[in-house]
Amino acid sequence: MSAPFKFVSTNRRVREDRRFVVGRGNYVADIRRDGTLHVAIVPSAHPAARIVAIDAAAALAMPGVHDVVTGAELAAAVEAMMNGLDTPQVRRYSLAVGQTRYSGEWVAAVAADSRAIAEDAAEQIEVAYQPLPHVIDVEQALAPSSPLVHPAHGTNVLLDKSFVWGEVDRHFAQAPRQLSFRVTWGRNSTVPIETFGVLAAWDPWHEMLDVWASIQMPKYAEQIARALRLPANAVRVHYDVDVGGSYGVKRGIKHTVLVGYLARKLGRPVRLIEDRLDNMRSGDAHGPERIFDVAVAFDDAGIVKSMKMRALDNVGAYAGRAPFQLGKPIGAIVGPYRIESVQYRALSVMTNKAAQEAVRGFGQSPTNYAIETAIDRVAAALGLDRLEVRRRNFIRREEFPYLIPSGTRYDSGDYHTVVDKVLAHADWPALERERDRLRATGMLAGIGIAACLEPSGGNSSFEPLLNEKNTTTTWMDSCRIMIDGLGHVTVTIHTTSSGQGHETLAATVVGEVLEIDPDRIRVVRPDSLASLPSNSPVGSRMAVMLGGAAFHAAGKLRRKLIAIAAHRLGVAADALSYAGGAIADRAGQRLEWADLVTIAHRNFHLMPPGFEPGLEVTHVEQVPTGHALPTPDGRVQMYPCHSFEFHLVLVAIDPELGRTELRRYLIGHDCGTVINPHIVKGMTLGGIAHGIGAALMEEFVYSEDGQMMSQSFMDYLLPSAHEVPKVEIVHHCTPSPFTVLGQKGSGESGYLGAPAAVSSAINDAVSPLGIVFDKLPIRLTAISDAVAAARDRNRDR
Amino acid sequence: MKAAPFDYVRPATVEAACARLAADADAVIIAGGQTLVPMMAMRLARPSCLVDIARLAELQGIRDDGDAIVIGAATRQVTAAESATVAAKAPLLAAALPFVGHAATRTRGTVGGSVANADPAAEIALVLTTLRGSIMLREPAGSRRVAADAFFVGPMVTAATQGSCVTAIHFPVWQTGRIGVGFEEISARRSDFALVAAAAQVALDASGRCTACALGIGGACAVPCRVDSAGEALVGSVMSDKEIIDAARAGADALDIMSSPHASDAYRRRAAATLGARALTRARDQAARHGLPA
Amino acid sequence: MKVELQVNGTRRVLDVEPRMTLVDCLREKLDLNGVHTGCEHGICGACTVLIDGEPARACLMFAVQADGYAITTVESLAPAPGELSVIQDAFCETHGTQCGFCTPGMLLVAHALLKRNPEPTRADIVEAISGNICRCTGYGQIVEAIALAARRLAGSNLGTEGG
Repeated sequence: MSAPFKFVSTNRRVREDRRFVVGRGNYVADIRRDGTLHVAIVPSAHPAARIVAIDAAAALAMPGVHDVVTGAELAAAVEAMMNGLDTPQVRRYSLAVGQTRYSGEWVAAVAADSRAIAEDAAEQIEVAYQPLPHVIDVEQALAPSSPLVHPAHGTNVLLDKSFVWGEVDRHFAQAPRQLSFRVTWGRNSTVPIETFGVLAAWDPWHEMLDVWASIQMPKYAEQIARALRLPANAVRVHYDVDVGGSYGVKRGIKHTVLVGYLARKLGRPVRLIEDRLDNMRSGDAHGPERIFDVAVAFDDAGIVKSMKMRALDNVGAYAGRAPFQLGKPIGAIVGPYRIESVQYRALSVMTNKAAQEAVRGFGQSPTNYAIETAIDRVAAALGLDRLEVRRRNFIRREEFPYLIPSGTRYDSGDYHTVVDKVLAHADWPALERERDRLRATGMLAGIGIAACLEPSGGNSSFEPLLNEKNTTTTWMDSCRIMIDGLGHVTVTIHTTSSGQGHETLAATVVGEVLEIDPDRIRVVRPDSLASLPSNSPVGSRMAVMLGGAAFHAAGKLRRKLIAIAAHRLGVAADALSYAGGAIADRAGQRLEWADLVTIAHRNFHLMPPGFEPGLEVTHVEQVPTGHALPTPDGRVQMYPCHSFEFHLVLVAIDPELGRTELRRYLIGHDCGTVINPHIVKGMTLGGIAHGIGAALMEEFVYSEDGQMMSQSFMDYLLPSAHEVPKVEIVHHCTPSPFTVLGQKGSGESGYLGAPAAVSSAINDAVSPLGIVFDKLPIRLTAISDAVAAARDRNRDR
Repeated sequence: MKAAPFDYVRPATVEAACARLAADADAVIIAGGQTLVPMMAMRLARPSCLVDIARLAELQGIRDDGDAIVIGAATRQVTAAESATVAAKAPLLAAALPFVGHAATRTRGTVGGSVANADPAAEIALVLTTLRGSIMLREPAGSRRVAADAFFVGPMVTAATQGSCVTAIHFPVWQTGRIGVGFEEISARRSDFALVAAAAQVALDASGRCTACALGIGGACAVPCRVDSAGEALVGSVMSDKEIIDAARAGADALDIMSSPHASDAYRRRAAATLGARALTRARDQAARHGLPA
Repeated sequence: MKVELQVNGTRRVLDVEPRMTLVDCLREKLDLNGVHTGCEHGICGACTVLIDGEPARACLMFAVQADGYAITTVESLAPAPGELSVIQDAFCETHGTQCGFCTPGMLLVAHALLKRNPEPTRADIVEAISGNICRCTGYGQIVEAIALAARRLAGSNLGTEGG
């Protein structure tokens, strides 16, 4: 199916908006159950310490306090949380067992009649600690003499895997030029305004654990069941809970295991809603913290032939999903460029910091920052224009599908055209003149450029790539459609909403295929026991996967309707035409929608032989192109589709104060067929805002003695409307050949290139002074200090 | 983040409020609560009792006393920001108020509350110090007036004793000359607490010569700091750009910078010089436009 | 302690602990779940309500302090069940919401802004919402919604009461 569409790509309202503008979202904290007990946490004050004793007597004696649970009790009753790597000695539970491994780690939990009482009681719990040596810096953690975060594991290294794709050594030996550099991506995260929360209730007569959570987590019900030693069909997750933003991080396994355990133990519903302090220091939702050491081999024309990259990630005290965030970027390791060979080393190293979680892009944004820095450095080394170097290295439109050295085939793209469109829209010469004019007034000014890919469609191929024992190749999503006895259409989708408009997406696609108005299609989210398999909106996958599932399910339904009509009219199916839900043959015989519904639901004697009564279909969609395990030399098709974005940013910097203003921001965006323009625009603008925060102001700062300093929004700064400029979006569409409508994903758009673009702009502004910034975030105070130092140096010469 | 338990009283008079404070060493005044409540939510502040003075009529109002504008301590910041009297007679305060917190905190936060909190980066305290204002303090022993210089003792520390209550703030009014003001601030984000702020008020005579000049720097030192040297250097001059820059830089060089993790000492000094010069320039230009069509 | 709140035009008499914040009181005692907590220390703005018509952070007040104040929450904006106000409808038109968590605060701030300033510039709108953090939208479509609402209110005979 392709353009022109009837409903796809039209500016339909996003139906989810309606409940949010009247304040009727169904967030986890809104859900009330009689008798609910509230949990508060006792956090560790030490980056590493042995737990000597926990005295909860005073707390338990307080009125309204029902229970205090410690790690020792919990570890005896539940399974350790799953770890996708083969590192059995790195064990993780909701509460620290025997030892704490980061400041803020959960040591004990109180269940009480209210959160306030639980916090009162938590303060009364006395924990005796014996502090242990700790390590915060990732390079120190690699040293043989480093304290070990998990002594039984024998090292702080969780993962150290190297890949060589192509003739890297030969290319480097033969290249006329090479350069190397280091850039550092500071620890930040996407920090939703709603914290993570979970409510669980155990019914011993039904033997059912009901769970409501602010969750965005594949296989959540299964992981809870496994940890609590329950059958998976004894856990019922309610997907009609609205999630107040997630952007990857709301995985909540440790919260849910704790709450589920308490619910069963105490026979009462139990609720844990993180407060902001819980969330920031110990929600375990930090993002990548990564040092990239990069070398590129190139020629005098700026063509980059080969790249070596070592990505060293400070994963914190536990594994979580974080190590896989080193694997996913392998699927776009050369960015949009025709680099022929790559050597990549993924190092995931533990320190006594909070654990990481999956963050929007799953490691792609930091990697893009490193790749784009490489291209800018090549241009600078040769005195060539940065745009020109990119043009020379871009994969060309006619080369798609394009196989990159690490085994992924990029589906489609036209990078040169997107760049041309953006430059035309921006009036590139005017942009340069504006930069020069700003410079003439005494400001520092620069233009930043970033070109990068958004791999989309999701897949878990990084799991078997980084852990041979993991043989997962299935990463499905699903859709069910029912036409009821009165002819109304209801669609079910099988995941929570976190703001991406999936109800609207599903209704639009089903409406397109069935040729009926999407606004007449109802979309509901059944609970996990009534649901088909899904893997959550991760990996920018839902347009591709839910879109695909909805499309195929609707197609099945359409074919069933045609078959019913064919049988009723006594003609072959291919002699019929379907239009707007009515079916006609060439002779003018016609069956309306209502007729078909009546036959299916009430007139079994008129149904084709072998057909089931009614009009229900399901479809479970596997990832397009995602069928195989990695090859022995570590090549695999990572994700099926590749959207493209090109950022252009004009920045003006006050040289004394360091205040940085984004004066103009343009993005060229190509995500193939756009199913709903409002939704894609929202993703892009929101992603850019996240990226601006990562580039300029967001960081989880740890002191040398292992204390997390950015505990609240007073210190962890989020961009307000003042900090995000008006963004001009320039569209292009190269459909994917692998998806049903040509759509690609856009859930991570903007975020994947904005940090690279802002960094590029600031570096362009300060390069006349000989300053280079190679670490994010770039704070205004650092800019001011660097400019002052450079001016002192220049004066001293 | 739920506060620890406390009692709450709303006495009918200032006298009753002070009596309650005197009777309980852990009782604390609440007016706007915009800084106190978050501290309580984080359990960094744990008063036994909150004495709510926000509605006391004695503590409301903006009065023109001739040589000063007197603002009742419990006057909301938004009320002061929208006051024509403040705009006309205490223009430096009017210039500073838009920088105080956010619109949503200015509807609740009070002028007296900000002053009593004594954050080194606070804008109202900076204006008060720059203008050599004073604070009316009701204490168990009686009322007294404390000069701003004596009131702000250290970061978050004032001369107010336990059991006392700020009742009014006096902002001196400059009576002669063509007056102009400038307020500049640098913060990590537009509406954050200031890393460094500068407040300047200038009076020019008919020929454009400076007859009075006050410059204050906030956020750089333990308390808001009036840069007397800059004022002295510029009085009598025509306040050329170079004279302004030199005066601001000399003043910044003499500051006793208080270290903090948010910015280097060198940054604060540099920002003080830059913002000081800009505030003085803005004040001079505004004064020069006096009597001219807007 | 007894406290009397005027909430969305209705007088409510409640018994609360002094330490219960206004936001917790509205949510737990009055089932007004449209007001949200995001940080509980007065920065994110998700708890924004109107007090006597002006935006205020409900996490920065204890309920006992709000005795007698007129409090407006998002639940009062819709003119009738199933209908949307002009501002609410504008947010749907421009897709000025995604996860919806910051949305009630944004709507109330917009409501107060347009009452005070029926013809706001883009800068006025940005300044007005700068105390409310959104992590989903990047603010663009929120600003568009408020500008659209202003145009529609100006062209209607509802005045700002209908917003």
